[in-house]
Amino acid sequence: MKKTLFDKVWDAHVVDAIDNGPQILYIDKHLIHEVTSPQAFNELKDRDIPIFRPNQIVATADHNTPTQNQHLPVRDDLSRHQLEQLAINCKANNITLYELGHKYNGIVHVMAPELGVTQPGMTMVCGDSHTSTHGAFGTIAFGIGTSQVAQVFASQCLLLTKPKSLRVTVNGTLKKGVLPKDVILYIISKLGTNSGTGYFCEYAGDVFENMSMEGRMTVCNMSIEMGARGGMIAPDQTTFEYIKGREFAPRGKEFEKKVAYWKTLPTDDGASFDKEYIFDAEDIDPMITYGTNPGMGIKISDAIPNSKNESDKKSLAYMNFTAGETLLGKPINYVFIGSCTNSRIEDFRVAANYIKGKRKADNVTAWLVPGSRQVETQIVEEGLKDVFEAAGFELRQPGCSACLAMNDDKIPQGEYCVSTSNRNFEGRQGQGSRTILASPLVAAATAVEGAIIDVSKQFS
Amino acid sequence: MEKFSTLISTAVPLDISNVDTDQIIPARFLKATDKKGFGDNLFRDWRYNKQGDLIQDFALNKSKYSGSVLVAGDNFGCGSSREHAAWALVGYGFKVIVSSFFADIFKGNALNNGLLPVQVSESFLSILFAAIESDANTQFEVNLETQTISIKETDLKESFEIDPYKKTCMINGYDDIDYLLSKKNKIEAFELQKSNSL
Ligand code: SF4
Repeated sequence: MKKTLFDKVWDAHVVDAIDNGPQILYIDKHLIHEVTSPQAFNELKDRDIPIFRPNQIVATADHNTPTQNQHLPVRDDLSRHQLEQLAINCKANNITLYELGHKYNGIVHVMAPELGVTQPGMTMVCGDSHTSTHGAFGTIAFGIGTSQVAQVFASQCLLLTKPKSLRVTVNGTLKKGVLPKDVILYIISKLGTNSGTGYFCEYAGDVFENMSMEGRMTVCNMSIEMGARGGMIAPDQTTFEYIKGREFAPRGKEFEKKVAYWKTLPTDDGASFDKEYIFDAEDIDPMITYGTNPGMGIKISDAIPNSKNESDKKSLAYMNFTAGETLLGKPINYVFIGSCTNSRIEDFRVAANYIKGKRKADNVTAWLVPGSRQVETQIVEEGLKDVFEAAGFELRQPGCSACLAMNDDKIPQGEYCVSTSNRNFEGRQGQGSRTILASPLVAAATAVEGAIIDVSKQFS
Repeated sequence: MEKFSTLISTAVPLDISNVDTDQIIPARFLKATDKKGFGDNLFRDWRYNKQGDLIQDFALNKSKYSGSVLVAGDNFGCGSSREHAAWALVGYGFKVIVSSFFADIFKGNALNNGLLPVQVSESFLSILFAAIESDANTQFEVNLETQTISIKETDLKESFEIDPYKKTCMINGYDDIDYLLSKKNKIEAFELQKSNSL
C-alpha cells in the first residue's frame, strides 16, 4: 500500500482501536502553557489520577505575559495568579517549565522547534490551535481542548478518528517580495476557512521544498485557519540541518539513525489523497486581508470584492470598508510584527532589511515582539535592534502579545492594525480593534509609509 | 459529565456564519484557572457595549427568545482551541448547538462537556430559523438515542450523525479519561515496543 507522510506517522502511533469508533493515538510530546492547562491539572487532582509521563511534557508561559519589564512581578492579579498556578502545577508534577525570564522562554510554537523538541515523525499536541506549526518538520501536530489536555496527562494518549487527507501543491518560483505568509494567505483566500475541516493537509511542491524551516512553520501555522487540524511538510535536508545541534536534538550516531528513519517518511509516489489542490507560484502576490476571517484576503493592490453574503457584509461594516475600494493609501496607526506565525529571526531580518535607513511614519505605533528569548538575543546580536531603534520602532520582550491581546498590548477601539499574526477576528487584538493580516515585509512597509502601500511595485 | 438523552426546548437563533471562539468568549476572559463563571461573558462583545449595557437587538438579549438550544449559522466555533468556549455556552445554559457545520476542535470540546453539537443540512437549518422567526415559542425536540432533531407539532425532522462511541459517552455521562485509563496495559506495551524498535 502506498502511504502518505501523514499515514506513516499516524499509523506508527496507533495503540488500539475501538470497534466502530475512534483510535487510541499515542502522543510523543505534549506542550502546555498557562491558559489552557490549569483546569486539566485540577481535573486530575480532583480524580486523584497521576500525570502518566511528565518527562514528555514541556511547559512555557506565553499567552498572558507582559512584553515589558518581565523582570518585575506581573501587575495584573489574574494574570499573575495564572502564571503562578502554572509554576506550582509544573513543580508538583515534575514538568519542565521555561517560565517568564528563562533563557528558553517564548511562544510555545517558537520555542519548541528552536530547542529541537519538535522532530520529524512525532505526534505532538498542545492546548492551542496553532500547534499545527510543528507540522513543518513532518510531525503530526495539532491543537486540543483542555479535556484532551487532561486525557494526555492521564494516559499520554488521545481518542481520535483518523482525519482525511488533503494535499496542497504549489509549484514554480515565488516573485520577489512574496513571502511564505503570502503563500498561505493566498491558499486560504482561494479555499475558504472551512475547506480543511476534517482533514490533515500536506503542503507539497517546489515552493515548500525551497522554503526555509521558518517559512514552512509560517505556512503550517495557518493550516487551522482553513479548518484543517494540521498541516505537514515532508522532512528533507533543510529539516535535518535545522534540527542538528539543537538543545534536545539527538546527537552523533543517534542523530544519524534518526535521519535514516526520517528519510523514510515522505509520501510514497502514487499515494492518494482524499482532496487535492494545485496552485501556481507565479499567481501569488503580496496579500492582505480586508475582513474578519483569514479567508477574506486579496492581493495588496486588488479591490475588495462584492459579496451578497450577510456575514461578509457584517464583516465589512465592522472593518468600515466598502466593497470595490482598494486598501492602498489607507492610513494605518498600528503595526504589529510578532505571533507564532511571524516572530522568528527570519521575519525580523526581512523587516530590518526593509527598514534600514528609513524611518517609521509619525502616526504609527509599531511593536516588534520576538517569539522567544532566543530570537530576542539573536535580534540584538545581529544588530537588528539598532536598525529598529534608529527607525523609531519599539522592540518588546517575547510573548503572544497583541496576537490575542490578553495582556496590555491591545489595539484601541476602531483602530486598524497591520499585523503579522494569524487571526483577524472581531476584537481579536483588543475590543473593537480592526486587524489586517499581512507578511512582515508588508507590515514593515506600512509602518514606514504610515499607510498601506504596494510593496510589489518596489521590487519590480 | 452530565448525561444526555432527550431534550425538548425552545431555541435562540444566531443567524451568523463563522462564529469564532474569540466571539464566543473573548481572550481577556481566559485568565481564570477553573471552569466556572464563563457563562456571564458568553458573546460578551455582542451582548454588551463598552459601557456594559445590553445591546438590545442581539438575539440572546431579546426576551422573546429563550431555551437551551442555540441555532447558529455555518462553521460555528472556528478559531482557537479554547475549551472556555464550550464552558461559556454550557455555563450560560445551552445544552445543544445546531449548525450546518462545526469546526473540528470546537466539536470535540463540546462533546467532552456534555454539550451536543447537532449538524443539520443547510436547508433544514433554514427551516429551523424560519420556524423560530415565525414563532419564538416553537418547541424543538433533540433525541440523542434516535439521533433526530424535530420541530414539535409538525412532523418536520432530520437525523444527525454522531460517533457511536461519543454517543455512548454522552448518554451515560462517561468521559474519555475513564476509557483511556482502562487501556493502560496496552499503552505501556506500545511504549515498550516503540522504544525497542528505535
Ligand atoms: S501567538 Fe497568537 S496564535 Fe500563536 S500561540 Fe500565541 S495567541 Fe496563539
